[in-house]
Amino acid sequence: MWEHFSHQADIGIKAEADSLPGAFEDAASALTAIITEKEIEPTEVVQVECSAENNEILLIDWLNAIIYEMAVRKMLFSKFEVEINSLKLSAKIWGEKIDYEKHAPAVEPKAMTYNQLSVKEENGKWTVRCVVDV
Amino acid sequence: MRPGLKQTSENVWAIEPFGKMKVPGVIFADNILINDIDEKTVSQVCNVAALPGIVKASFAMPDAHMGYGFPIGGVAAFDPDAGGVISGGGVGFDIACGVRALHTHLSFEEIIAVKDKLAESLFRDIPAGVGSTGDIFLNTKELDEMLTGGAKWAVEKGFGTKEDLDFIEEAGCSSGAIPAKVSGQAKKRQADQMGTLGSGNHYLEVQKIADIFDETTAQVFGLKKGDCLVSIHCGSRGLGHQIGTDYLKQMAAQASSYGIDLPDRELASVPINSPLGSDYLGAMRSGINCALANRQILTELTRRVFSKIIPKARLDMLYDVSHNTAKLEEHKVNGKAKQLLVHRKGATRSFGPGRDDLPAKYKDTGQPVLIGGSMGTSSYILAGTSQSEEMAFSSACHGAGRSMSRTAATKRWQGGQIMKELAGRKITIKSRSMRGLAEEAPDAYKNVSAVVEATVNASLAKKVAKLLPVICVKG
Repeated sequence: MWEHFSHQADIGIKAEADSLPGAFEDAASALTAIITEKEIEPTEVVQVECSAENNEILLIDWLNAIIYEMAVRKMLFSKFEVEINSLKLSAKIWGEKIDYEKHAPAVEPKAMTYNQLSVKEENGKWTVRCVVDV
Repeated sequence: MRPGLKQTSENVWAIEPFGKMKVPGVIFADNILINDIDEKTVSQVCNVAALPGIVKASFAMPDAHMGYGFPIGGVAAFDPDAGGVISGGGVGFDIACGVRALHTHLSFEEIIAVKDKLAESLFRDIPAGVGSTGDIFLNTKELDEMLTGGAKWAVEKGFGTKEDLDFIEEAGCSSGAIPAKVSGQAKKRQADQMGTLGSGNHYLEVQKIADIFDETTAQVFGLKKGDCLVSIHCGSRGLGHQIGTDYLKQMAAQASSYGIDLPDRELASVPINSPLGSDYLGAMRSGINCALANRQILTELTRRVFSKIIPKARLDMLYDVSHNTAKLEEHKVNGKAKQLLVHRKGATRSFGPGRDDLPAKYKDTGQPVLIGGSMGTSSYILAGTSQSEEMAFSSACHGAGRSMSRTAATKRWQGGQIMKELAGRKITIKSRSMRGLAEEAPDAYKNVSAVVEATVNASLAKKVAKLLPVICVKG
């Protein structure tokens, strides 16, 4: 489950799930929704790896890795499978080449900021928050 | 009014240092604009005031709004000899995003006669929007040459003329760029993005000079009422974004080892005179050169479009300003000249008359300060003043500044409706995304005229001309 929240200059992402990888997957869906709400076929898969010193930085590195893959591969992603072990993230992300007619992309995420960044667990529910610079 | 803010003159508000603040916070705004500057923005101004080596004050321009780390519209100078810091967050992810204005020497009537054809050709030939790529592909060696040479490199490659370079800050090339300090990932993101506008608030506009406020300066700037200009607003594209990402992480991790207590992680800073500080300077200057080369290539692409449709058009440079930078500049502190690293995050340099760094043509007038509006509203051309040096290290506002979030804007407006409204006002909008248009709705921004008035009344710049959009190609 994810939602966008307001930030005066940019766009905030909030995602909630029963597990940390699940919250990371939903945050990635929220990132894609900043660009387009149109359907993206999961026809091509890309492997993403990253690691960090804590969960907050791992979230930033994960979403930055997707921004990077979108930029250099000219792709949009819609399906995410994340595994996290000891602050090491390994993921498969599926998507397709960007099609201007079909996807009508609204805006290009530049980078993840550290603004309002948090990763929290309460009673088995994981909530992540961050702000994207667009 | 926010707590702790004290009005010290009509357009200046101050926050006396408290807590960890080393210097006061100073916000330039009139009695109405100050209400748009929320508590979060004010606390960001205060956080910047707590960074080591800050000189005089932490400033916010009249278009200030909440950023991350620094406020957008924030200006702060740091003394390298007093432990002063360099902050990746104080430059932001769109390094040297800026505005370039070109004369067309064509009247509004001449543009109107070919408006649709011109709009169509600009839209077709100027790569814009998400993931836009250009016809130029640079290999690693060429990329490094571009990062070292900036607009000068672009001119050597046939994009524009040597004369163009005189009218760009730092003559079109930021010295001290070290391409080796830019990651392979950043270079890969840029390989096919040269000569592209990007998305978001970036644009290329054909604008009519609607009003002249200062005839003498306007004459020196070559501005005539009723003539048209082209303005290009864009930055360093994927390369700049990736440099920001790479260094923010390293700076945030290293700050504490230099005893820097970050009130906000996004303020990520290290001493200017530290290995990481020098590396970032080398990378960030490469980012500035990338933005300058990008605007230079876009200039040539624009000239080609005009020459096909109106062969007599002559698109000379008016000026090129960058508004997300950290630059070593000489400023007077307590009457003494000093080299300071001035961060401008969403703020424009506004050197007044007599500065050595200005082209001969503008030595007596001060530099042109190009203020971009939001689509459908006015843009302005201001000139730097001598007082601006005393007020805020020669800085002025950079645009309207958002007043509403993108999420709120899309709930309120639809792209098609905005396009229609603007068409009713004879403004042609070209965009690949209707939702992008809604996010950039003119009313999602502060009133640019009010921002300009407050800037002028605070003596940060003087008003020269007002421009109205005729054609807008949205990024």
